[in-house]
Amino acid sequence: MSTAFLLPATIAPDWPGNFWWHLLIMTVLLIAVLMISVIMFIWLERRVIARFQARVGPNRAGPFGLLQSFADVIKILTKEDIIPALADKPLFWIAPAMAFVPVLMILAVIPLSDGLQLADINVGVVYISAVSAITAIGIFMSGMSSNNKYSLIGAMREIAQLISFEIPMLLALAGLVMASSSMSISGVIGAQTIPFALTQPLAFVVFVIALLAEINRTPFDLVEADSELTAGFNTEYSGMKFAVLYLTEYSEAVVGSILISTFFLGGWRGPFLPGIIWLVIKMLASFFVILWIRSTIPRFRIDQSMKLAWKTLLPLAMFNLFIMAVKTVFAPGLTNWVAVPVYLAITAVIIIYWARFMRPGRQSVGI
Amino acid sequence: MTLATEPFILNIGPLHPSTHGVFRMRVVLDGEIIQDVEPVFGYLHRGVEKLFEQRTYKQNIPLSDRLDYVSAINNNWPYVMAVEQLANISVPQRAEYLRVIMAELQRIASHLLAVGSVMNDMGIFFTAFMYMFREREKIVDLLEMVTGQRLLYNYMRFGGVSQDIPTEFLPALDRFLKVMPGYLDEYDTMLAGNEILLSRTKGIGVLKAETAINNSASGPLLRGSGVNWDLRKSAPYSVYDKFEFDVPLGTAGDCYDRYIIRMAEMRQSLRIIKQAVEQMPAGKEKTPTPLRLRPHAGETYTQVESPRGMLGCYLVSDGTEKPYRCHFRAPAFINLTVLKELLIGQKLADAIIIFGSIDISMGEVDR
Repeated sequence: MSTAFLLPATIAPDWPGNFWWHLLIMTVLLIAVLMISVIMFIWLERRVIARFQARVGPNRAGPFGLLQSFADVIKILTKEDIIPALADKPLFWIAPAMAFVPVLMILAVIPLSDGLQLADINVGVVYISAVSAITAIGIFMSGMSSNNKYSLIGAMREIAQLISFEIPMLLALAGLVMASSSMSISGVIGAQTIPFALTQPLAFVVFVIALLAEINRTPFDLVEADSELTAGFNTEYSGMKFAVLYLTEYSEAVVGSILISTFFLGGWRGPFLPGIIWLVIKMLASFFVILWIRSTIPRFRIDQSMKLAWKTLLPLAMFNLFIMAVKTVFAPGLTNWVAVPVYLAITAVIIIYWARFMRPGRQSVGI
Repeated sequence: MTLATEPFILNIGPLHPSTHGVFRMRVVLDGEIIQDVEPVFGYLHRGVEKLFEQRTYKQNIPLSDRLDYVSAINNNWPYVMAVEQLANISVPQRAEYLRVIMAELQRIASHLLAVGSVMNDMGIFFTAFMYMFREREKIVDLLEMVTGQRLLYNYMRFGGVSQDIPTEFLPALDRFLKVMPGYLDEYDTMLAGNEILLSRTKGIGVLKAETAINNSASGPLLRGSGVNWDLRKSAPYSVYDKFEFDVPLGTAGDCYDRYIIRMAEMRQSLRIIKQAVEQMPAGKEKTPTPLRLRPHAGETYTQVESPRGMLGCYLVSDGTEKPYRCHFRAPAFINLTVLKELLIGQKLADAIIIFGSIDISMGEVDR
């Protein structure tokens, strides 16, 4: 099936200002994709979690409650926008944008289909990890500026979490870069004749866990831990600014599932169907796993989550790097299906062996 | 160089998702570690004990429902027993059995709510809570079948209960007794082995047996510390000496033990109900009492084992139709006295779980 109609390449190369047309079309497309997915993901989350919890979920507004998110958006936008009297006003204003824009920026380097990409920069992996960290700054700013103690604790936790989980995440990605000998995202996808989830399962596990922490999803939702911190960093936000923070959260979830699918599940690659359909399928699968985790697992305590990052994920990511290094030096051609069971076995052994020592919560580290 | 620091005072409550009502903790924090706690209560004070003095003995029964609104039937019991002792009213055997069946059903409902909300505090985002409410709904349906009410049942009367069970009650109860152990097993498979749950509850909030006794704690809190004290066994009232059941005891006295004990007590309650249904004699459900009841002048103290612990009623009569004084020994209130000792030195996130595991009901604490 041809996907040519989706490609910006259909604009003739000699069209004057081709670059600008590409920029305009792709920017609009990416923002549209993100917004639509956020709306759909919110609906999906509420329905799926309701199923997990033996409930029905929203089913009144529109067919299957599909319009519920729109109704919520309208409600939120018409709310009064309150700024606490003693808040740091400039920071309070700028924080939601600061948190949201980097999420959008990540999408710039993600190919939605073959060639359907705003910019294929040659350091895409580094770019993504650099840009994604800015969101945490935005969240920290929102927590710090709102002059609320719950928010402040939430902000504190966000930074601690960012510092801890960024490192195993990057190390997991380093294994990918090693295997695909390219730092551009299309290069990483191009190397996945077998998805990296199978050839580097250890990195896959580490990446998914670290990603959950990066996007503040259960069991690492310490930043907004509703049972302790009421709503964490966004306690004082209301109206439009709250909407943007909420949007940030779900955009992170959308982009997070896109990252999982792109880095480890082969991105847009897949037989028979157009690339963008494959990407959507993989996104939905990743998001479903995130929801599954959210609805079944209790929250970590902050020191336990730190301990998991430093004492479990970091060594595991290094193991993965080591395995990849050995493979690259001694068996560079070994990427066929025969090797997959070997990788899976190695991963299972390492994780089971490591888990025997590393049970969270047996002791705590000071923070 | 040392930085100047100052204590970080955080108000948890009275409007907070995890304070189970309108409790307020004024917490002094150092980072995430609790240095000092000052419990503040009284936000739900309704002057119930004074109200008891303004109304006739019979008018007071529905008021006693409103002490601990999640176990209303257990709350009727000590008051009704006290009046029966003062006025020398005998209770038919069938009524005693009916009281036991209803009170044990209520105990299961209350424990389900307690465990479910602790899971919520831990951050399972309502999943466990909804599952437990699914079963609580079945119990509430059963109670509604008998009393016509779903929360405050106003079931007990002097010399019996308000009404006998309808014919469809026993088959429905039988169905419930058949399915409930399966549900409890389901909870155990889903919760009791969860690594994060273990790490969040094991060794957290350890209450030594000596401290528990010195603070006159009772109920699952006391039994979690390994003290064998259950009024149904230690000082049997009503017909509890005719049933075979065990008193589950903890060993460590931590949050996990308190959780396990509540689960085990539900199974024991099922055992009691089963035996009570088998042994229940035919007969009248109530001894007729005069409309204007005037007990002899005097005083008495009665106590029952409510889901939260020893619930006592101290009643003074001066021979008129209104009580002279009525005081309740509220187990939730007295159990709260150990809170400070449990919380100091713990982390903020644990404080919520420890507080939840004590299982208070603000209606009873503030009265």
